[in-house]
Amino acid sequence: MSTIQELLSQFDAAAANPKAQLEKHTAAGKKAIGCFPYYVPEELVRAAGMVPFGVWGAEGTINAAKKYFAPFYCTIAQMSLELALNGKLDKLSGVIMPSLCDTLRPLTQNFRSAVPQLPFIFLAHPQNRHAPWGVEYTKSQYGRVKKKLEDIAGAPITDSALKDAIKVYNESRAARRKFVTLAGKHPEAVSPVQRSAVLKSAYFMDKAEHTALLADLNAQLEALPDAAWKGPKVLLSGILADSRNLLQILADHNMAVAADDVAHQSRAIRADVPDAADPMTALALQFAAQDHDVLLYDPELLKRPEYVVNLARESGAEGVIVLMMQFCDPEELEYPSLKQALDKAGIPSVLIGYDQQMKDFGQARTQIQAFADVLNARK
Amino acid sequence: MENQEGKKEAKVVLREIVDKVYQSAWDAKNRGEPVGWSSSKFPAEIAEALGLAVCYPENQAAAISAKHGGQRMCEHAESLGYANDICGYTRISLAYAAGAESDERPMPQPDFLLACNNICNCMTKWYENIARMRSIPLIMIDVPYNNETEVNDDTVAYLKGQFQDAIRQLEKISGRKWDEKRFEEVCQNSNRTAKAWLKACSYCQYTPSPLSGFDLFNHMADVVTARSKPETAAAFEQLAEEYERAVKDGTSTLPYPEKYRIMFEGIPCWPELRALFRPLKAKGINTTAVVYAPAFGFVYNNLDEMMRAYCKAPNSVCIETGVEWREGICRENKVDGVLVHYNRSCKPWSGYMPEMERRFRKDLGVPVVGFDGDQADPRNFSEEQYNTRVEGLFELMEANKAGRK
Repeated sequence: MSTIQELLSQFDAAAANPKAQLEKHTAAGKKAIGCFPYYVPEELVRAAGMVPFGVWGAEGTINAAKKYFAPFYCTIAQMSLELALNGKLDKLSGVIMPSLCDTLRPLTQNFRSAVPQLPFIFLAHPQNRHAPWGVEYTKSQYGRVKKKLEDIAGAPITDSALKDAIKVYNESRAARRKFVTLAGKHPEAVSPVQRSAVLKSAYFMDKAEHTALLADLNAQLEALPDAAWKGPKVLLSGILADSRNLLQILADHNMAVAADDVAHQSRAIRADVPDAADPMTALALQFAAQDHDVLLYDPELLKRPEYVVNLARESGAEGVIVLMMQFCDPEELEYPSLKQALDKAGIPSVLIGYDQQMKDFGQARTQIQAFADVLNARK
Repeated sequence: MENQEGKKEAKVVLREIVDKVYQSAWDAKNRGEPVGWSSSKFPAEIAEALGLAVCYPENQAAAISAKHGGQRMCEHAESLGYANDICGYTRISLAYAAGAESDERPMPQPDFLLACNNICNCMTKWYENIARMRSIPLIMIDVPYNNETEVNDDTVAYLKGQFQDAIRQLEKISGRKWDEKRFEEVCQNSNRTAKAWLKACSYCQYTPSPLSGFDLFNHMADVVTARSKPETAAAFEQLAEEYERAVKDGTSTLPYPEKYRIMFEGIPCWPELRALFRPLKAKGINTTAVVYAPAFGFVYNNLDEMMRAYCKAPNSVCIETGVEWREGICRENKVDGVLVHYNRSCKPWSGYMPEMERRFRKDLGVPVVGFDGDQADPRNFSEEQYNTRVEGLFELMEANKAGRK
């Protein structure tokens, strides 16, 4: 049996080298479909016998994508296009691209203009997703995605394959949620970088394989005795929290990640697909249940800031680090409400700017160090 | 200002109509009736049919910016924690909703909100923020982004569901019952306005044009705030008649001879209208095409077509439709070049522009030049850069003309 650290190394290797993972899938004769942010119903890809492969940009420098975007755009969009223009997505058999924010809208158009050779599957989600007409709309749009996936796969997606895929994904989400809780309880065993690697690797690995490995890790973490953690525990909030440099700075200051409200991490795995006779309806109901997300309209206006406050309290986080993705206006527009709710609850927070082109982490280090001091002083 | 027949000029009538919209909102507030704030492309027909007073934050933000209050209001929003990356209109509006005063274009605080994200997703968060600040109901009509040139039936069905829901909510807010007949009347007015607006815009096709394209930016206020009112339709019809007469008389509202004709792409930099106009005037360049012409031409014959019409906003259509609109007006209005505003406030709009620039050059064979600016925040505009770019465009248009001879 592998030890905790050996298992964590396996996740880390997969997270750090998406190219090798992609090649592994294609070498095994599988087609891979690039899944962009946010809320792609990956179950459909799996049910089509293909591998969903997460594309959320990458750390690097934007060059070729400058031909399509002025500088004031989220680097996830720009770097994803950069990857495609540099041939890094050539092994994909298609991409699914949602359009939930004002940068994804033009990205969809720029991407299919810039990379016409890659089969492109557009996805529109409804914001009014709870009402019956919203659920119907999701279902209709997922139906369009399904049809295009069938074209790429060259075979129909059966209800039974889709139900199987839903089961695999519900198990994966449950295992990842359990891991998030366990990693929060055992920061002595799982560092912030390792925690991120476990969650990030799920975007590149076969989900069933990932779950099997994670079940092993979770079992071992569960068996650990309770350990006292002397450093501060924080909740991370934002779009991405996978920068090794940034997460290492947390570790350097003895900070543990108690929980997260990160789009790439827990926001993506909060809702399972419910039981329903028709699996397409079930997928649409899952999207209707996605909540507490800055990208999604919420008729209960104060629910999301309250959710983050409660999450911080329940997870034992003593402070919140908001990792602000540069030029992400949904996050920026949500920030004052979040800050107000945290202040009201007496939870200290800090706002740290981040983008995928960031090379100098000096300012972030200073901010994290000061924040650690604040949290330590409150102990 | 009166014309030869002693009648008020259309531009005066149009200005008075907008003033009346705001005055009616104040009157409603004073009577204790609810006042709404609405995004500019929310189906205005609903509130109008229920007799609700509505104000338009985008129009207010543009007016505040044009009167040089934009930076002050933006900075106020920044002091509340809103990043300076956020759309300038949004920052101005949030500042106003939070209590920052503005003499430039005061309007009553809202009792309910009407948001439609056919313009952008930012609209959703903007209105959510106001609803939170003021604890008031928000009615949200979601128009998903469309990757195809046609609006599909799924979207129409989704919109209809939301539309009926919005009516139910507004019946409660207004305390009035929905009257289908009144709604039809309002729709007729809106169609009449849209057609008259498109007709007035179409006079840019004449050489020389009887109007300065910048006039259209000013008249947009009416299409935004009062398109469902019969007096607006009448005023645009009058405007079209005035242009018709000007074509016959060989006159123009352009205060200098027209040597070159361009499309001005994007929302203007409201705080810098004079600076925008100056080098154009110096070089004899008239703006004969603006995207707002087709962008507000909501023409429809029935409810399904109305749903489809509201899906056609500049930032909710696919690149093919966006290019087709623009190239259509460029051809009709015979432009010699295109000046593209990379608007720091508008990510969805500016996000297509580099690719569109390439298509314009290829399809139209005209020079295209871009400049950096902002619809509301003057800190994002450099007059020097703008002048240099206009100079560059002028030289390219001259070279093109010389090449054609």
